[in-house]
Amino acid sequence: MTTDPATASTTSPEGLATAAALALGDDALVLSHRLAEWAGHAPELEEEVALANIALDLLGQARVLLSLVGDEDELAYLREERAFRNAQLTEQPGGDFAATIVRQLYFSTYQRLLYGRIAAAAGEGTGDGGLGGLAAKAVKEVAYHQDHAEQWTLRLGDGTEESHRRTQAAVDALWRFTGELFQPLPGLDGVDWAELEADWLSSVTAVLDRATLTVPDGPRTGAWRAGAGRQGLHTESFGRMLAEMQHLHRSHPGATW
Amino acid sequence: MVTGTAPTPLEEELTRLAGSVPDPELPVLSLHDLGVVRSVRVLAPGEVRVELTPTYTGCPAIEAMSADIEQVLHRHGVPEVSVVTVLSPAWSTDDITAEGRRKLAEHGIAPPRPQGPAGPVPLSLGIRCPNCGSARTELLSRFSSTACKALRRCTDCREPFDHFKEL
Repeated sequence: MTTDPATASTTSPEGLATAAALALGDDALVLSHRLAEWAGHAPELEEEVALANIALDLLGQARVLLSLVGDEDELAYLREERAFRNAQLTEQPGGDFAATIVRQLYFSTYQRLLYGRIAAAAGEGTGDGGLGGLAAKAVKEVAYHQDHAEQWTLRLGDGTEESHRRTQAAVDALWRFTGELFQPLPGLDGVDWAELEADWLSSVTAVLDRATLTVPDGPRTGAWRAGAGRQGLHTESFGRMLAEMQHLHRSHPGATW
Repeated sequence: MVTGTAPTPLEEELTRLAGSVPDPELPVLSLHDLGVVRSVRVLAPGEVRVELTPTYTGCPAIEAMSADIEQVLHRHGVPEVSVVTVLSPAWSTDDITAEGRRKLAEHGIAPPRPQGPAGPVPLSLGIRCPNCGSARTELLSRFSSTACKALRRCTDCREPFDHFKEL
């Protein structure tokens, strides 16, 4: 590697596109890996397959996005923790099924709204950071992820006392990681981030209300070091996740099967 | 993208050959039925470039499709074949041909409903059971054996079946 994409220039148009593709590509890669951890553990076979399919969609996005930045394998397998630019929400451990569903609700709502805007900006020829083609394609796939998360949130929130309790706990615990999603990414000038955040909040609030869950009133940013994933600061469990994701490639460079 | 020039008879023939390759995951469909071969261009004598679009961004079948297309064209005397993946414009289930839909249903997979341009009145057609034809079916899971399919069940004949989701 001759250039470190994490520190690529953010002043040239090329550098701007790289920074946005890296952030969104890392979101997709890391969440894909987290979802894949459910293989063999999901509560029922249909969910096992659903989570694996969502993970596969995200992996496909990651491959396209990271290829805009450099060599996809080098970026996925050979970067250190602090070179990753994913939002901290995506790296949070799966927890119980409710925690995974709430993470999906928060993230897929964000991704659908953001990709929709990037695709629209590309259609008008303004500031899509070179991501328009991918966004236009992926937004249709992500609509199914969001629908999946919403239906499960309703079922769990408005289900048994136990499922309600666990889902509310996840809603509260992950809330503080959601503010970071709306830090503007350089190069995506066609995106109105304040409006994106307002739309996200109203969409998530509507689902939580219907699910008889309480929208947390705590801050969505500002907790100690929460929400600095875009700057390369990550939470404790992320290092372990990377170790597992990278160890085979690092132990056997270039191995294929 | 190459525009403005009509395909030559040779390109039409090569397009037909590339389109005849069966889909690796749904071999009842050809790549032409699926609507994923975007263009075939002869760049120079013996050098051909094929544009292929994935159904889903993460579709793992795309590599097998590319290899199969290369093989078929090699067998027909094209020494240099490059298959490139294009994302834009995004593939839609509306790109599946009428023949493709018929084959899906025959194979026990409910075909995707046509989407077309969104009209003033959103119309949601039911999904029929490919086994008994009943319109009374229910969703079991939004994701089935592959990302492009949902799992449903017929409430009349009780058979579960795959439905090719609209995209």
